[in-house]
Amino acid sequence: MNAPAYNFAYLDEQTKRMIRRAILKAIAIPGYQVPFASREMPMPYGWGTGGVQVTAAILGPKDVLKVIDQGSDDTTNAISIRKFFAKTAGVATTTATEDATVIQTRHRIPETALHENQVLVYQVPIPEPLRFLEPRETETRRMHALAEYGLMHVKLYEDIARFGHIATAYAYPVKVNARYVMDPSPTPKFDNPKMDNCPALQLFGAGREKRIYAIPPYTTVVSLDFEDHPFEPYRFNAPCALCGAENSYLDEIVTDDKGGRMFVCSDTDYCEGRQAAGHRGSLSAAPYKEKAHGGSNG
Amino acid sequence: MTTIAELPPGFVDKVLSAQSTFRSVMDAMARPGSVQRIVPMAGAPAMMMRGTAAIALTLFDHDTPIWLDARMTESSDVVKWLKFHTGAPVVQDCSIASFALISDGAALPALERFALGSNEYPDRSTTLIVQVDSLAAGRGFELRGPGIDSVATLQAAIRPADLFERLRVNEALFPRGIDVVLVADDAVVAIPRTTRVVNKES
Repeated sequence: MNAPAYNFAYLDEQTKRMIRRAILKAIAIPGYQVPFASREMPMPYGWGTGGVQVTAAILGPKDVLKVIDQGSDDTTNAISIRKFFAKTAGVATTTATEDATVIQTRHRIPETALHENQVLVYQVPIPEPLRFLEPRETETRRMHALAEYGLMHVKLYEDIARFGHIATAYAYPVKVNARYVMDPSPTPKFDNPKMDNCPALQLFGAGREKRIYAIPPYTTVVSLDFEDHPFEPYRFNAPCALCGAENSYLDEIVTDDKGGRMFVCSDTDYCEGRQAAGHRGSLSAAPYKEKAHGGSNG
Repeated sequence: MTTIAELPPGFVDKVLSAQSTFRSVMDAMARPGSVQRIVPMAGAPAMMMRGTAAIALTLFDHDTPIWLDARMTESSDVVKWLKFHTGAPVVQDCSIASFALISDGAALPALERFALGSNEYPDRSTTLIVQVDSLAAGRGFELRGPGIDSVATLQAAIRPADLFERLRVNEALFPRGIDVVLVADDAVVAIPRTTRVVNKES
């Protein structure tokens, strides 16, 4: 009877104004979590409702949107969100990192270096880096107010005492602009150095936890560590089996029940781009088999 | 007595104009010192520049108490226009304002009188929107801080002339502080509380 009607980019204008004001404050206070009145979205919590609300508040008709989930453009979450905005905002979408003006991401930063005309929007499950150390919001808020982050260093120290090294592999805490300790969302710590002095604006949205925070472009982002146990990014010691990349973050894929496995780039766009440029890994199809008749590539 | 029919209009396309204006302001805030342009235009009452009017339509609503300086308050058109188009309450007490509109920079009150936020909630602060003479010519300023690739330079004719000296309270107050948006016609420059300004020439 009543056709579903919604505003451009789904959210109503009052909600967008509220989110936009929160984004401006978040940029002005790098790393500080700004509370906002998160709305219910037509997808469950945990599917990126925070990132979706931030994207909806900034997105315009001229934007080109890319959505990745663990680096991949092709997973259910990424495709659903991309289609959501293609439908509700009519924006152009892409999988090519360098062509996108807005990139919404779950748990990865693209391998291709970002540029100034881009905004990276992170989906964040738990924005409070101190939450597992101190469950009370009143207390963590005071700890941020006083810049009292000793507890986080104790946690990292306990890692060293127990395992001999800092065993935190993802959601590795960072300090933004030498003031706020911030959760970079569950990105692998491999990605932490990309946040530092990044030319693109980085926005973080946590829907269930109702927080928005930001790292302005060209801002110092330091991974917490100790002098004698400096921060080290981690990746599997192998080249990508499809494109041969030696410097990208790799997913481990189990290929049989006999212990067989392959390592491939988690960033699908980066991997496909390299393969298109002629790079081959140990398990990629031999190029001559794919060569088009009369084609000059290969 | 101005009737509603005589008030200057708001955005022609509320949704896309607000989006475009917001992106200009967001870019300005993310890259302090860079001059951004506000493209979509709305009618603006006398005393209010086009850029200020567009920002008001984009960010103000019933949740944001607004404080107007004496010159803006004198113009009953401004108050009526804001009330009609945004619904934002105009308050007398600048310490509870989300935004403050300044058209006469020379009469800018002491910054400490605005909301500075608390250490627990530094976001509960007043954002100043200051109309200035020019963001293209005038004194040179060197800016440093987050959002700036080493150093940014700004040429601007600003009143009060000591605005940036006064904003140095942000250094000691951080994370509390005052964020400023400078408007000259359709040009916008933001000076968030993290930006440190050095006079290059006087």
